[in-house]
Amino acid sequence: MASRDQEQKTGRTDFAGEAVATRDVYGATLIELGEKNENIVVLDADLSGSTKTKGFSKAFPERFFNMGISEQDLVGTAGGLSLTGKIPFASTFAIFESGRAWEQVRQTIGYSSLNVKLVATHSGLTVGEDGASHQALEDITLMRVIPGLTVIVPADGYETKQALDAITEYKGPVYMRLGRSKVPPVMPEGYEFRIGRAHTFSLGNDATIVATGIMVSAALKARDILAKEGIDAGVINMSTIKPLDGESLLAAARKSRLIVTAEEHSIIGGLGGAVSEFLSENCPVRVLRIGTKDTFGRSGSPDELLKEYGLTADNISDTIRRNNR
Amino acid sequence: MQTILNSRDIGYLEEMAREMRIEIVRMLEKSGSGHTGGSLSAADIVSALYFYKMRHRPEDPKWVGRDRFVLSKGHAAPVLYAALALSGYMDRSMLCSLRKLNCPLQGHPSSKMLAGVEVSTGSLGQGLSIANGMALGLRLDKRDSRVYCLLGDGESQEGQVWEAAMSAAHYKLDNICAILDSNGLQIDGKVSDVMNIEPVEDKWKAFGWHTLPIDGHNMKAIADALDAAEKVKEKPCIIIAKTIKGKGVSIFEGKAEYHGLAPTAAELDVAIKELGGNGK
Repeated sequence: MASRDQEQKTGRTDFAGEAVATRDVYGATLIELGEKNENIVVLDADLSGSTKTKGFSKAFPERFFNMGISEQDLVGTAGGLSLTGKIPFASTFAIFESGRAWEQVRQTIGYSSLNVKLVATHSGLTVGEDGASHQALEDITLMRVIPGLTVIVPADGYETKQALDAITEYKGPVYMRLGRSKVPPVMPEGYEFRIGRAHTFSLGNDATIVATGIMVSAALKARDILAKEGIDAGVINMSTIKPLDGESLLAAARKSRLIVTAEEHSIIGGLGGAVSEFLSENCPVRVLRIGTKDTFGRSGSPDELLKEYGLTADNISDTIRRNNR
Repeated sequence: MQTILNSRDIGYLEEMAREMRIEIVRMLEKSGSGHTGGSLSAADIVSALYFYKMRHRPEDPKWVGRDRFVLSKGHAAPVLYAALALSGYMDRSMLCSLRKLNCPLQGHPSSKMLAGVEVSTGSLGQGLSIANGMALGLRLDKRDSRVYCLLGDGESQEGQVWEAAMSAAHYKLDNICAILDSNGLQIDGKVSDVMNIEPVEDKWKAFGWHTLPIDGHNMKAIADALDAAEKVKEKPCIIIAKTIKGKGVSIFEGKAEYHGLAPTAAELDVAIKELGGNGK
């Protein structure tokens, strides 16, 4: 089991200070959670090797259900399991979980407010070579519009682990967005994830970058680039997109002349949309959104794609520099 | 009439179905909108479930040992509401609040708003997957509770129904019993004209299900089929109930237009007379 190897290799399961794919953390954490809580069940739609639920399937075969390539049935079955007191984690690629089964998530999971954890992997451009059909750039938008659904996008392995513990405790529907590729560690030692609470690294007088997922790492790099030029930029990790941490946003908007959002997702309706909605009503300030524009992804290596679509630290620092008065 | 749960008295079950039909047409006339035909076609089946077969406690809707009912064809909400009221989950007088603002009797059933509704339905094709999940969970817990899921024949045009059909057989869910309310009509006309689903029994057989075709208005046949379904092991079972849309009221019977139309006051008078009600 890859996840077991991971544990042995690192000698710990909190993933602090480690470059790791969030999906690998998911696989390892599921086994840990499954050992602690026998109500945890896991469902997948023929992608357990990729979503990393396979480790759980081997450790607890009687509590794992492969639904085959049928995402609508995956979501509905997870809903039914939750109605018998189980805590289902249902996984597939982000575009299929949020897109193919959107109306099942809305009607069965959201409307009935079921305790189902939709943990989707392979979000964003960093899916890479598989191309647009498999790159979810719309899932945050699709999931956050559903009433009562909590939407979480962890920034690194450490936060993923903590967020998984938190959503297991939390009673209610959750969508968690994970990635395929390795991400560098960004969250500080001792950091404690709480649903609905952003982490403010710092607030900048000139700008604050509100980032989510893998873009938190890029945002921190951009801050360092700008600091050398005397531009004071801050960074917030908005790992819970819904409910949005308005307090942290207000603090940033009061201090910074400019807010820049950064996400590996469409700027339409995602983090940028959520932040713009909140600030335009509560503390109007200029907001610039970095993310994919009104477009699909394409094949390429993850790094090539991030450059091609303007999702690098340089893109963030350029945007702030250009708009710095 | 005194309500008795788990009675196998066919005359009593028929009487409860008749009372349910009276409540159905009454609440629909009062609301001025809703689904008449598909509620009436399922009344006998739902009567047999709530007053004979299912183990449930209206005074304790979340009782852990209960059998579960999923109304996958959620537009037949009035038949579920009638069964819930007659078996004691709510006062009968609540039925007249159907579809009214801020009332728990939503146009399609909402589990968050009404005790006794296991899960919200209304968007077609989703109930069987949910029922399968319940059946898997109950089996994990080694409970002998059974799960009943009422499907429509028009609803069977939804692809998810067949995804779920495959899953139930794959996981050998013998604690689930689906019931197909095969009334032959959908909003746009005959199921066979709109999008033919026949040969539907062959389809379920091919998907690995045990099938029990019956006359869905013959109470003894329904009760017998529900008993027989319990004895099937290692595979799921579906009762294919041939029914008449609008059953029990001649002016609604076999008419596709009453899929989504509520009775007028004049039609209610006819309906109550035919159903032998007191005209109130």
